[in-house]
Amino acid sequence: MNRQGSDGMTMIEKNVGRQQHRLARDKSYLQSKLLKPNKKQSLENFFGKAIAMSCAALLLIAVISIIYFIASKGLSTFFVNQVSIVDFLTGLKWDPEGEPALFGAFSFILGSFLVTVLAALVAAPLGIGAAIFMNEIYPTFGKKFVKPVIELLVGIPSVVYGYVGLTVLVPFIRERFEVLGFSLLAGGLVLALMILPTITSVATDAIEAVPQDMRNAARALGATRWQTIWHVVLHGALPGCLTAIVLGMARAFGEALAVQMVIGNTSKLPESIFDPISTLTSAITLNMGNTIQGTAYNNALWSLALLLLLMSLFFIMILRILGRKKLDNR
Amino acid sequence: MKRLSKFMMALTLVGAILAGCGSNNAATPQQEQPKTDSSAPAPADSNKPAEPAANEPVTAVGSTALQPLVEQAAKDFMSKNSGTQIQVQGGGSGTGLSQVASGAASIGNSDIFAEEKDGIPAQELVDHKVAVVGMAAVANPQVGVDNLTKEQLIGIFTGKITNWKEVGGADVKVTLVNRPKSSGTRAVFHQFALDGNEEAEGITEDSSGTVRKIISETPGAIGYLALSYLNESVKALKLDGVEANKDNIVTNKYPVWAYEHMYTKGEPAGTTKAFLDYIMGDEVQGKTVVETGFIPVTEMKVERDAQGNVTQK
Repeated sequence: MNRQGSDGMTMIEKNVGRQQHRLARDKSYLQSKLLKPNKKQSLENFFGKAIAMSCAALLLIAVISIIYFIASKGLSTFFVNQVSIVDFLTGLKWDPEGEPALFGAFSFILGSFLVTVLAALVAAPLGIGAAIFMNEIYPTFGKKFVKPVIELLVGIPSVVYGYVGLTVLVPFIRERFEVLGFSLLAGGLVLALMILPTITSVATDAIEAVPQDMRNAARALGATRWQTIWHVVLHGALPGCLTAIVLGMARAFGEALAVQMVIGNTSKLPESIFDPISTLTSAITLNMGNTIQGTAYNNALWSLALLLLLMSLFFIMILRILGRKKLDNR
Repeated sequence: MKRLSKFMMALTLVGAILAGCGSNNAATPQQEQPKTDSSAPAPADSNKPAEPAANEPVTAVGSTALQPLVEQAAKDFMSKNSGTQIQVQGGGSGTGLSQVASGAASIGNSDIFAEEKDGIPAQELVDHKVAVVGMAAVANPQVGVDNLTKEQLIGIFTGKITNWKEVGGADVKVTLVNRPKSSGTRAVFHQFALDGNEEAEGITEDSSGTVRKIISETPGAIGYLALSYLNESVKALKLDGVEANKDNIVTNKYPVWAYEHMYTKGEPAGTTKAFLDYIMGDEVQGKTVVETGFIPVTEMKVERDAQGNVTQK
């Protein structure tokens, strides 16, 4: 600082002081601007978070309350109405309003499993075959034409599948094999058609995900196209294809309406693939409206629903395990 | 800490929304259960649901067989009485009875007497018999039979007779088309056509339209249908030589018929009462009931109680 005169000094000091003051003001302004939360943004932030959280919470609450509700109703068959679990799972006679009331659900359980397995056996080769065609053999035509056509099948309501099955498939089976027509076979075929798009599209994604390098490497080693597809592409896409099949089975297991229309719904055990049978879902839909809340009959239907829920949890578990495997492979 | 509190806030928000939905919609099953339980020990509460204010909507829930008649009557009633609201829903007789017993619906439509269902406080409900429905054993037209004795019918449905030639028809195997065990139609047929004999296992379908389609397309099929569902694609069989028609039913000469009930909890009041009176009036009984394929209850010459005892009127 120079000491020339008190006036000059003060002038300079004043100026410096003013500058410093302004600087400080600007700094504090900037600081406050940068450091203090912006009200509008923080409000937006808060609401965005709240909405997203409430969506997640709503889903969680819905799932938990559904599981709790079905479990509490379904388990009361065993704890309130004193039906033995073993009898319920293995009993052959279903007569909840008879004397004595019998709650043997084995034929429903068997029916659901048989029809699901049959549908998967039919739909899996078809779906994976179509996926190979779309990716490996004729990609342009496959992706432009075949894929949308197969995906169209997803949009058809299940009652339409059921009605077509009832009008076309059942008479066909009846005339072709000289049997009743309403059968395990009819149910399995209708379901196979329904789960075909699921299997196809998931398998397509899995095959698409196989790195092109692997195909090139196979070709470089002198493998034919078929050898490449079979040993390299399908091998690499195996977990994905299994996921596709399990996903399809999960859907088939829970389908009610279409199956109910063509399967015959008899609680007798089938002797062949041409015999009618009943499934868990059809037992529920046929009786739910006619039973009274809180009675043993109604609770037994809830027990069937609980069984369905447990099965779909089981399917999801398999899917999770398969998904992990897929990651490990990479 | 802050995140947790926000999460809790979101939870409460959702909880509030859920609770709001629950109380508005009494048909939510979660909501229903405690009501059913509490209805028995609290009779003071029992009159409340049957007395809606004049413009409060009336809900009639239950039997799908009765639904077309109630829907048509409700439509006419609402166009005559502006400002009234009557909602008609299906769901099955069991649903109708449990909903009216729990107070969730003003009227419970049912194909069967409340006394016939376990778990329904029948003494709390008031029965309004609004129509009569006749049921016939129905077969595929190619079976070559148009009359069965009761004994033959029981033989067929219990599985003792397995071929139509045993009852003088064509050489085709019998295929049974049943209703679900809990169905009201099956209960009536079981009691009055089969005299309580246990049906053998067969195809089971719930909807009358599907049953008719299956019978018309399956050779040798036999089932049962309400008279309003009969058409030329299937053949209604006479029972002991008596045809299933209105004249034979009103005198109980043909025994396979049932009342269609509309139950209220306690005596009806307000719009509910006005609507039930309208249904019992000449306009509905003389026209809508007949048009929807039922028999007017006012024309019945006999009366039947819940135990099946028939008395002359």
